[in-house]
Amino acid sequence: MYSFEYEKAGSVDAASQAIKSDDEAKLLAGGMTYIPTLKQRLASPTKVIDLAGLGDLSGISVSGGTVTIGAMTRHAAVANSAEVQSAIPALAKLAGGIGDPQVRNRGTIGGSISNNDPAADYPAALVGLGATVKTNEREIAADDFFTGQFETALNEGEIVTSVSFPVPEKAGYMKFPNPASRYAIVGVFAAKTGDGTRVAVTGAGEAGVFRVAEMESALGSNWSADAVAGVSVGQGDLNSDIHASAEYRAHLVTVMAKRAVAEAG
Amino acid sequence: MTTGIGARVLRKEDRRFITGNGNYVDDINVNGQYYAAFVRSPHPHAEIGSVDIAGAKASDGVIEVLTGAEVAADEIGGLPVGWGITQTNGEPMVEPAWPILAQGRVRFVGDAVAVVIAKSIDAARDAAEMVNVSYTPIPAVIATEDAPKDGAPQVWDEAPGNTSFDWEIGDKAAADQAFEGAHHVTKLELVNQRLVPNAMEPRAAIAEFNSVSGDLTLHATAQAPHAIRLLLGAFVLQQPEHKFRVISPDVGGGFGSKIYPYAEYAVLCWAARRMGCAIKWTADRSESFITDAHGRDHVSEAELALDADGKFLGLRVNTVANMGAYLSAFGPLVPTFLYATLFAGQYTTPAIYAHVKAVFTNTTPVDAYRGAGRPEATFLLERIVEKAAKETGIDPADIRRRNFIQPDQFPYATPVALTYDSGEYGATLDKALALADYTGFAARRDQSKTSGKLRGIGFSLPIEATGAAPSAIAGQLGARAGLYESAEVRFNPTGSVTVFSGSHSHGQGHATTFAQVVSDQLGVPIENVEVVQGDTSNSQFGMGTYGSRSLSVGGSAIVRACDKILAKGRKIAAHILEASADDIEFVDGNFQVKGTDKAMNIAEVAFAAYVPHNYPLPTGDPAQDENALEPGLNEQAFFDPLNFNFPNGAYICEVEIDPDTGVVQIVDFSAVDDVGNIINPMIVEGQVHGGIAQGVGQALYEGAVYDKETGQLLSGSMMDYTLPRADNLPMIKTGTTETPCPFNPLGVKGCGEIGTIGATPAVINAIIDALGDYGVTDISMPATPEVVWRAMQEGRA
Repeated sequence: MYSFEYEKAGSVDAASQAIKSDDEAKLLAGGMTYIPTLKQRLASPTKVIDLAGLGDLSGISVSGGTVTIGAMTRHAAVANSAEVQSAIPALAKLAGGIGDPQVRNRGTIGGSISNNDPAADYPAALVGLGATVKTNEREIAADDFFTGQFETALNEGEIVTSVSFPVPEKAGYMKFPNPASRYAIVGVFAAKTGDGTRVAVTGAGEAGVFRVAEMESALGSNWSADAVAGVSVGQGDLNSDIHASAEYRAHLVTVMAKRAVAEAG
Repeated sequence: MTTGIGARVLRKEDRRFITGNGNYVDDINVNGQYYAAFVRSPHPHAEIGSVDIAGAKASDGVIEVLTGAEVAADEIGGLPVGWGITQTNGEPMVEPAWPILAQGRVRFVGDAVAVVIAKSIDAARDAAEMVNVSYTPIPAVIATEDAPKDGAPQVWDEAPGNTSFDWEIGDKAAADQAFEGAHHVTKLELVNQRLVPNAMEPRAAIAEFNSVSGDLTLHATAQAPHAIRLLLGAFVLQQPEHKFRVISPDVGGGFGSKIYPYAEYAVLCWAARRMGCAIKWTADRSESFITDAHGRDHVSEAELALDADGKFLGLRVNTVANMGAYLSAFGPLVPTFLYATLFAGQYTTPAIYAHVKAVFTNTTPVDAYRGAGRPEATFLLERIVEKAAKETGIDPADIRRRNFIQPDQFPYATPVALTYDSGEYGATLDKALALADYTGFAARRDQSKTSGKLRGIGFSLPIEATGAAPSAIAGQLGARAGLYESAEVRFNPTGSVTVFSGSHSHGQGHATTFAQVVSDQLGVPIENVEVVQGDTSNSQFGMGTYGSRSLSVGGSAIVRACDKILAKGRKIAAHILEASADDIEFVDGNFQVKGTDKAMNIAEVAFAAYVPHNYPLPTGDPAQDENALEPGLNEQAFFDPLNFNFPNGAYICEVEIDPDTGVVQIVDFSAVDDVGNIINPMIVEGQVHGGIAQGVGQALYEGAVYDKETGQLLSGSMMDYTLPRADNLPMIKTGTTETPCPFNPLGVKGCGEIGTIGATPAVINAIIDALGDYGVTDISMPATPEVVWRAMQEGRA
């Protein structure tokens, strides 16, 4: 790890100012990606601004058909929340399947979505449920938030403060994990919401999370596993690596979609 | 006695380990130590132009930067190979020099080019990035099967065709003749993929040189500290053994990868001596992945000839074995005498011939990894036997039964150089069939089918040679060292016992099992026995722990030392009890005069030996001193076994496959092993469980994947290299058959590797069985979900 300055953020605004004033400064949430990156000397920040002390960024609330999760809320807190389990069980299940217990007790939803690893779980839930990302500057629809592999709509100095999920009629998440890292080789989140049907896929796409319109329309008219069984995604934009070829990932998208729908009930 | 041989004693060392009180190399710090960081090649094959160290040397906290030029100037030797192979044509193997820092050319990604020595780890690493090496990349050969091809890039000029050696064993003419008259011939091509050892504790070392005394001390993560001292001292550093101490404290796993005298240890020792200081280095995980010696990596084809009754008539094997870029210390031994000598398996196959070509590639060197050659042999043999069973329609258990070496045939000389010790292969198989409820399998398969799963059952009947080695035989076959073990058993004056052993536990539980042996032999409570290992200044000598040898060779040395203790103790007791030594018997820790109630506890005898007031001390008068004894009760022994021992077993695996995804779940695993007499059944079970987990790892999850173009190890992190986890395994059902080995006083056979050797083919055979309806007859490893899914797609087509 290269040497850097460590700063504990006093407020979201202060943290925002700090990174705006220094191009080489970096925000630290749970650190589940960034700390290993530092340890491998793959990053050399001037300053690391730690958001961990900002209590108002952490917490879960459910009201008016919306589940709101603070950006610094740990995955384990979401997984174990009775309110989340009751309102959106698929979201609690997703959080409970991220990484391993150590990761779940350190990693945060804000850190995960701001990093936008194309194989992370949370992007599937955000897009699959049509969530809204709140930042210190504005609100961003999930569909607009994830812009590409490790890319988001966040401006310089913009910090995620919370994510609001509309409670769906039904939803299911099914992940085919990478056996080594436990990231998603393919993860499919399927939901029937007030605004219609959504199917979001993580892990498979080169550009990160994407929706499958054909599956959404099939489910719109017939919410059943059979409805998506015949729908396959093209391999062209899918990842191919030592863990899975694009062809296999495409196959898994259909299988996981069927299972996600079946689980949603 | 509840703590003696056969008792399920809890491990003495576990409290220390489980509470985080182990003492590993990285826990140790020497006053004023510097830290080393290595500059490593990013290229698989390149000429080294200039090495510009000026920037690094000027960097903050840097003490020194050394390169291959200084190694050459100081006339430091290359890393030695501990086993030489004589080729079929009578020539010695091609054995290129392996300088401890690269000179002229780098030959794999990770090859060490320079070392930076600095006041802190970070300073050393910062400066290592400033060493400017000008490389001219040259074509590299990465894949095993590519190495022998015409026109392949040449790793070594002196090894045309990238061949280190071309070697054979067995009677080719007899094997060829067996095939001529065969009723059926089963053919098989297979790859035994390369694995990364991944010990939990990375390698680490501290070298310390005392310029005043001339003493060099190396703390290192070593399975064989005396062997490291011997090889580094004599061949690399020219540091005499009396001025060279190697200390290996607690070691967190090795699986073979911590046997070898690595370049980093040599560099640290050389630099510490040159600079008169102490230097520490601990590998990070990325470094471990590319510099710990890898395992396996064979490409083979085999043919098995059978008669109309399913009797095996002959076996022919052709193997290309990847040595990596350099010959590691025991690399040449693995695909030869640890491999092809096992092709008889548990069977009476009369004619066997194997040809092995060992090749160089621009990859990390390959050496012994848990099982070392024997997993490759068993995988090949048990795959082809199972395939033959399927092709001939004979039940897989039955075809093996028809070919077993029978209990009355021991000692049994195989056509491939070994003489098996003992075994009841049929009885072992019967136990496994009962454990696995083989007769109920058809019903279970139907049950799985109703829930949409494909169920399969697979067999594997491993046998291996452990307890290396009869030194004279090993020497004839190319060993460049002896392979005995040594022990010292020291009674302390007040009755406790300290055992100094040349073996060195890196997880095996010697502190417990060796203490059980001593407790049993000497009749002292186990809590009064301490086992000391891992320091060349404590134990008189040792060849170390690997190849499942520690109990049968090291434990036997302890027994021999205990025998000497008892022989002397008997004389001391005879003197004090005023009886003839012939009338003294040793029972439950007491020397007693036969037929009387006169007795002394062994602790009292020990006390008398150290406080010799009533004691047969020498008088100086030869006439009286015939039965005189020196004070003290401390005996040493070396044990060189008369033969190897041959653990064997019967493994049966059941899998369920999800046809939608190709995911394989092991739903049942039965393992019955004959490891001879058992000292501690709990530890044997633990070794078998862990061994099976590793064998399952090779079958389903693990594989070192290189980019064939860039030579980079793509599976070079825990995020990409899949190790088996607890939820990948079922509850393993174990059992034993105990046929004592006649070649060591404990009657034991090795138990450390049999699980790994046996598990892999059982899992793969079960997968192929499950996919029978798809016409699948072979599957590559690791059998990942995609591999299985593809086999189903292709089978379906």
